[in-house]
Amino acid sequence: MSVAILRQGDVLIASIRADLSDGQLLALRDDLAERTGADRIRGVVLDVGALDVIDSFVARSLRSIVEALRLRGTETVIVGIRPDVAIAMVQFRLNLEALRAVLDLDEAVALLDQLTDREDADGG
Amino acid sequence: METENREAEAPAPEASPPGPDLDGPLLHQLVEYLRQERSALREEWARRIMDAQLLRAMTAQEIFSEVTAVYDNYVTALETGSVETLQAYARELSERIIPRGVETHEVLGIVLLLRDVLARSLFAHYQSDLRVWDRILDAYEPAANRIAVTVGVSFVEERERVIREQQDAIRELSTPVLQVRERLLILPIIGVLDPARARQLTEQLLGAIQHHRARVVVIDITGVATVDVTVANHLVQTVEASRLMGASAIITGLSSKIAQTLVDLGVDLGMMRTVGDLQGGLEEAERLLGHRTPPRNRPTQAE
Repeated sequence: MSVAILRQGDVLIASIRADLSDGQLLALRDDLAERTGADRIRGVVLDVGALDVIDSFVARSLRSIVEALRLRGTETVIVGIRPDVAIAMVQFRLNLEALRAVLDLDEAVALLDQLTDREDADGG
Repeated sequence: METENREAEAPAPEASPPGPDLDGPLLHQLVEYLRQERSALREEWARRIMDAQLLRAMTAQEIFSEVTAVYDNYVTALETGSVETLQAYARELSERIIPRGVETHEVLGIVLLLRDVLARSLFAHYQSDLRVWDRILDAYEPAANRIAVTVGVSFVEERERVIREQQDAIRELSTPVLQVRERLLILPIIGVLDPARARQLTEQLLGAIQHHRARVVVIDITGVATVDVTVANHLVQTVEASRLMGASAIITGLSSKIAQTLVDLGVDLGMMRTVGDLQGGLEEAERLLGHRTPPRNRPTQAE
């Protein structure tokens, strides 16, 4: 499997280790949606640091994963988008507003804490 | 033609046998003549340059000393058929005169003037025997053309080199990404944003975000005179790309004129967080950092 999904408390950490086929991406979405519900997960960290390219299909898939998980009550943070990948992603002119991204795992966990802390959440 | 060309390039005045190889001695003769007439011809040339109003950036004295040097190099190039010395001199001359605003047409103009001056003088000297004149032209024309091309090309190459250097320098200077404090970067943009520069700027900014682990970047465009659709879209993309790297971008220094332009252009600025001036931007950045920084990170930040 080219995606490793680890569980740490009520957070899932999914590391994409190689370029995924379209089918694998859809499977990943279903898999995550399934597990977040079953395991009462509050946050998912999606590590894309191993990806050299994020094309428009992958970008859209990431967005749909984030949106699907949010409907299940789980926040998702993307980790490890590289500069050249970021530049390429914004060229697609997709609405990527739903994607929250940070540089590394520490930040991702901190952001998830903040997002899922009801008292501190800013509603965004 | 082929034989004559080779003769013009590598003359062997003394040893050449009679017959078709007569051009060697002839060229030698021609060069001797040009050496004899040196003072008269270079004065004539300098006068023609002034009459044609070329090299107006230089004084008469400067023109005369350059004219002398070029004349001597020119005759040597005719004699030896080797343009290397002349080429080196032309480069060096270009280096000196380009900063003074000498244009390409002036350089080509003066070289062609010299060609003209020499041809007229040679004609006056050899017109009595048209067959010799014919051979003189055969020897002179190709060499003179080659010299003119060499000087022109040297000048243009030198000019392009200067332009490239300046472009590099401007690129280096124009996009400083500054760290104000931990996790806070400032990118002051000054001057014209063309697509190439905008792209390079985005790359530098994203690299700096990764390197400094920035959370907030303040992009100050006070120094940007005008913003059009392309530039506006680049800004939007830069903001979006920064966000994908985990950094919030704040745009500051939008003049009222630019703000109106952006609205008129209908650029989607929904994603852009804008603050009036740099000071306000920094305050907003502090607020964001303070708000988003988890308490356990505070001590390191205070250092």
